[in-house]
Amino acid sequence: MDKIVIQDLNLQYPTGPQSLKDINLSIPANAITVLFGPAGGGKSSLLRCVNRLNDIIDVKSLTGRILLDGENVLDPKVDVIALRRRVGMVFARPVVLPMSIRENMTYGLELAGEKRKSRLEDAVERGLKHAALWEEVRERLDDPAIALSGGQQQRLCLARVLANQPEVILLDEPTSGLDPISTGKVETALQELKKDYTVVIVPHSVQQAARIADYGAFFLQGELIEAAEGKELFTQPKVKRTEDYVEGRFG
Amino acid sequence: MQKPHTFDRFLIQRLGISFISLVAALTMIPIIVVFGYIIFRGAPAISWQFLAAMPRDGMRAGGILPAIVGTFYLTLGTAVFSVPIGIAAAIYLSEYARENWITRLIRIAIINLAGIPSVVYGLFGLGLFVLFLKFGTSILSASLTLSIMTLPVIISAAEEALRAVPQSFRTVSISLGGTRWQTIRKIVLPQALPGIITGVILGLERAAGETAPILFTGAAFFLPHLPNSPLDATMALPYHLFVISTQVPGMPIQIQYGTALVLIVFVLGMNIAATVIRSRARAKRQW
Amino acid sequence: MKKSLTWTETLITAVIKTCGYSAIVFVILIFFFLLREGVPTLAEVKLGELFSTRWYPIEAHYGILPLITGSVIVTVGAMLIAIPFGIGTAVFLSEIAPRWLREILKPLVELLGGLPSVVLGFLGILVLTPYLRILLNLPTGLTALAGALLLGGIAVPTTVSIAEDALDSVPQGYREGALALGATKWQTIWRVTLPAAKSGVLTALMLGIGRTIGETMAVMMVTGNAPVMAVKLSSIVSPVRTMTATIAAEMGEVANGSTYYHVLFFIGLVLFLISLVVNIIASSVVFKSKKRAERVLS
Repeated sequence: MDKIVIQDLNLQYPTGPQSLKDINLSIPANAITVLFGPAGGGKSSLLRCVNRLNDIIDVKSLTGRILLDGENVLDPKVDVIALRRRVGMVFARPVVLPMSIRENMTYGLELAGEKRKSRLEDAVERGLKHAALWEEVRERLDDPAIALSGGQQQRLCLARVLANQPEVILLDEPTSGLDPISTGKVETALQELKKDYTVVIVPHSVQQAARIADYGAFFLQGELIEAAEGKELFTQPKVKRTEDYVEGRFG
Repeated sequence: MQKPHTFDRFLIQRLGISFISLVAALTMIPIIVVFGYIIFRGAPAISWQFLAAMPRDGMRAGGILPAIVGTFYLTLGTAVFSVPIGIAAAIYLSEYARENWITRLIRIAIINLAGIPSVVYGLFGLGLFVLFLKFGTSILSASLTLSIMTLPVIISAAEEALRAVPQSFRTVSISLGGTRWQTIRKIVLPQALPGIITGVILGLERAAGETAPILFTGAAFFLPHLPNSPLDATMALPYHLFVISTQVPGMPIQIQYGTALVLIVFVLGMNIAATVIRSRARAKRQW
Repeated sequence: MKKSLTWTETLITAVIKTCGYSAIVFVILIFFFLLREGVPTLAEVKLGELFSTRWYPIEAHYGILPLITGSVIVTVGAMLIAIPFGIGTAVFLSEIAPRWLREILKPLVELLGGLPSVVLGFLGILVLTPYLRILLNLPTGLTALAGALLLGGIAVPTTVSIAEDALDSVPQGYREGALALGATKWQTIWRVTLPAAKSGVLTALMLGIGRTIGETMAVMMVTGNAPVMAVKLSSIVSPVRTMTATIAAEMGEVANGSTYYHVLFFIGLVLFLISLVVNIIASSVVFKSKKRAERVLS
């Protein structure tokens, strides 16, 4: 029951070494898959391939296939707009749009042409509840989103993605700027969310990876070194380099 | 050993700073003199009649209403053509264009348009709009000429305002399933709007004060009535000032200063409006 | 999964792209029209005649050299004023003046830049030229000097504005580094900050020059409009005539399609080409600085 299957993926930007080399990886549905490893490993690049966000920057070459429910999302004939609604992304720094909290939440649906007030209001409440932010903001939905704290803003970004009712949630170091309490809230929310969504996350530390991973994949300089179930990967990794990294011998 | 050296350096510094301050002061003085002269010698001429009545006695008496109205029409006409094209071109450069040779060519073209002498624009306007397209000496010809002249100013200012909007907004919008135009329409353009408006106002301010481009394309000195259509010629404040200060014998000095004052109030009023918009927008910004 | 890019968006994108290219279209259009009406001159007037020293169109003398020298002398004079005053004031505003003073003076300078040139020309006639006449004991105040002073006044705000921005964007770290090494504020300005802002300051000067060459009304009103060869030192205090003033003054009285008409367009063409060259030089300076900045910041 793999939600996403990555086959022979190779990615090269115009400058620098090859970002992704022959990646073959399966991502199961309704679980948290963690892509971890030191900086420059290609993890963020991989995420951006899945929702075709790499389309907006200059890429020298991209070969291979990424199958979402069996269909290749890298096919030029694919409707990328619809794809990006199915695959949502949360970025490292919280980026709230310069609007109210409510407008941030309804933005994705408005892009899709949704005009019915009832649907929009539902989405606002549902998304905020699933991101564990509803209680904190329900009284001030029309306040500018920029007035929220860092941790709240990031949860708003998660809620905003959820409002679109995606199938997959990609998170690129979502808690790197947050304090431990906010980080904990996000991790707890993810544990709930995995029941209904496929979660792929690049953690900001090995510890976070070990905490939340159902499955893990270790990336080093563009190569996939090892992928396995979470418990196994972090306690008894098979490859030496994985073990070295997990135990903090380099990084 | 050290002391004399230090003494020298600080003396040089004090002299230098005094000198530079003197230079700056000398620069400021003419500015104050210019404004002082026009305000003090022009103010006595200003009255409701002066602003709202038609001229009499070969412009030597009465009001300057047609010139004011004419400048207003010309500014409006310039806006009609230059604002949509200018903003669209800026959107292209900021949001669509890739950094290749043709984009570089566009930028060079814009810089060149900005540098062409205003009288050459007048010649061009004469050749293309007045004669070739047979629009004649009219508000239409003059507005079109002024529009092309104003285009580079608007494009530059608008592009800067668009680029100032953080890239992260665009990335987020795209990742939520937005198309490029949706992103521009819903986020980038609204956020850049104050900067764009400021640029537009400054561009139009320049157009309102120009004389050379309208000399052969639309300006007339003596018109017995206000213009009725865009194909009519018109009086205009800058041209009016030029003629009454150089070519009309027996022109009362007060009327000349009064006309100058009205012109600079018109032009600088726009400048102040633009500045106010800019600072208020900066305060309300949500990023 | 199918494509859902709508019809409207494709149309809007096409309109935007067209407007994007419009600048190139307009430059070509202007060049073409100037050529169309100006090039016949070369057929109607001998080259030697065209570049002779006599401009007297009534008797079919179309020598444009006096006009060129008139433009040159006024421009050079204006730059001699604008460079020291422009850079000096920019340095003052950026490096020496206290914050509150700068907040008052900078808008004041920009206000002068917004003044229509016809207003400056107007004051030039009424105030400056009589003053010059009395002060320097001249037969008339309508001289190249008056033009140079006014044009200097027009070029200074542009120069100050851009140069001050360039100085302002020099990272504070440069100044602090110099001071930490024991330099005085004065030394820091001249040996560190100003050189660091070099390309921005050069751009400011080039744009100032560009504005000066193209200025029409103010010069027309105060330089006396005498098309004589302005090559002697005393020329600076005599009347001259610039290319721009010639076009503005005489276009209205010219028969459409006549040789005179073609010659005026030819002068316009010359002005267009001069500004083209100046702008290309200026833009290559700017582009170089941008690329360097990108390299530094990455």
